[in-house]
Amino acid sequence: MSNLAILFKSLFSSDNQSDRVVPPSGFTARLTVFASGAMAFLTVFALALSLASGRLASRWGDELAHSSTLRISAPAEQMAEQVQTALRVLDTTPGVALARALTADEQKALLAPWFGPDLPIDSLPVPQLIEIVETEEGYDGAGLRLRLQAEVPGAVLDDHTRWRKPLEQAAGRLRLLGWVAIALIAATTAAIITLAANAALAANAQVIQVLRLVGAQDGYIARAFVRRFTLRALSGAAAGMVLGLGAVLLLPPAQDAGGFLTGLGFTGAGWLVPFVIPPLAALVAFLATRTAANRVLSELP
Amino acid sequence: MIELENLGFSYGEGEMLSDISLKLAPGSFHFLTGPSGSGKTTFLKLCYGALQPTAGHARLFDQDVRHMSRDDMAMTRRRIGVVHQDCQFLDHLPIADNVALPLTVSGRDSLEEVANLKELLDWVGLGKRASAYPPELSGGERQRAALARAVIMSPDVVLADEPTGNVDWDMSQRLLQLLIELNRMGKTIMIATHDLNLIRTAKSQVQARVLRIAGRRLQLAGADL
Ligand SMILES: Nc1ncnc2c1ncn2[C@@H]1O[C@H](COP(=O)(O)OP(=O)(O)OP(=O)(O)O)[C@@H](O)[C@H]1O
Ligand SMILES: [Mg+2]
Repeated sequence: MSNLAILFKSLFSSDNQSDRVVPPSGFTARLTVFASGAMAFLTVFALALSLASGRLASRWGDELAHSSTLRISAPAEQMAEQVQTALRVLDTTPGVALARALTADEQKALLAPWFGPDLPIDSLPVPQLIEIVETEEGYDGAGLRLRLQAEVPGAVLDDHTRWRKPLEQAAGRLRLLGWVAIALIAATTAAIITLAANAALAANAQVIQVLRLVGAQDGYIARAFVRRFTLRALSGAAAGMVLGLGAVLLLPPAQDAGGFLTGLGFTGAGWLVPFVIPPLAALVAFLATRTAANRVLSELP
Repeated sequence: MIELENLGFSYGEGEMLSDISLKLAPGSFHFLTGPSGSGKTTFLKLCYGALQPTAGHARLFDQDVRHMSRDDMAMTRRRIGVVHQDCQFLDHLPIADNVALPLTVSGRDSLEEVANLKELLDWVGLGKRASAYPPELSGGERQRAALARAVIMSPDVVLADEPTGNVDWDMSQRLLQLLIELNRMGKTIMIATHDLNLIRTAKSQVQARVLRIAGRRLQLAGADL
């Protein structure tokens, strides 16, 4: 039988009597409930951190994929020539996949939000915009600026999205750290529950001996302990998760201006992710207790 | 069912049982006597696999104890009812649950068996004490409960270690009658005891062999008993 099947069976079979053969132990019970509760609470925050930094990384990543722009301000009679020169420079710049002057209609559309739709753009000294799409490797910004300076005096290269690259990396790291934290929390939970299970098994050596004398198989004895610890971890983690979600709800809501700090939380279906914490905690407790029980039972005479 | 062959046993320093051979025939009735500390309890433990021989062989239901897995041993224990000298109860469970424990751990705690439990508790005179906890019982009550637990699985063999150690003459007679009744139902019985009067009473009712541990050996006691 697979671990999950045993877990399911041991959790939901109404074998009350098998629970009672092991005396209730207040201390290890409280330790297990508290530890899984605290760990679930922490896991909610680690998850929130991971998911939020993941969202941030992909948002910034998307923006990076957009083009940078070259803005040319020149007297009207030089404009066409400067644009031609700039396009020629860009065509020969390694790392530029595409360079394209925006049409008058496109520029109008960009300005419409500020000046309304009826802007006589041709009669205004509006800079001409050139859209640049980079290749994977990107171009050398400083080098391009130097060349443009020499050949197209009115050009300003706006590659403001570039400063976001290290931020995108940082967000990626943060997300990774979140997952590492979750793994560490799971490992710590397993360690604490193993200790508690060992303490319970040691305290009940006499009980185990009696059970064996009346013909109990190791699997039966192990199940009595495993079921308990699994249920405790499940209930503790459920409580910790609810508290953690409550605490996340109380954080200030995400705002565009606040950026990262106020964006720490869950969005949409993300709110459902924390609900896997209690079953996972139960699984961790199940595996930890079963390992501990099997080891102790094989060592007892 | 229980077969010992040139069995020797030592707790560490020096053998305390040597060269013992015995075959318990189905339906037989044995007493085991010997001075205190001669090794009666040790001998019984070898008979239900709680100890392993340090020499020779112990076979339970044709399986060598040394080659049995823990799960095999658990299954074998269900066929051997034991009244332990120190009872071995779970103090956190009422006496009825303790008596039913062999059913519980073997997954046989059905309604039908629970009805049998009530009957069994009445049989050993503990019907009214069913919900008491082991520490609340007198020595004699505990021994009767231990006997009830030993027979609840209706085992082929019952091994009783001083089952009448803590009870008065009347009660010891009652317990003996319970064991004789079981023997008449075909169970194999072995009782370790100091009580020679008990043995005499039994011999007047069943064909019982008396074994004695003396000088590390198992002997058949003479006709004087
Ligand atoms: N676990 C043990 N480790 C070491 N020595 C032991 C152990 N159990 C019993 N002994 C020793 O083995 C000897 C026999 O003990 P056992 O309990 O078999 O005697 P007994 O015949 O049942 O005595 P009683 O009539 O008093 O019950 C005793 O000397 C005892 O001290
Ligand atoms: Mg003894």
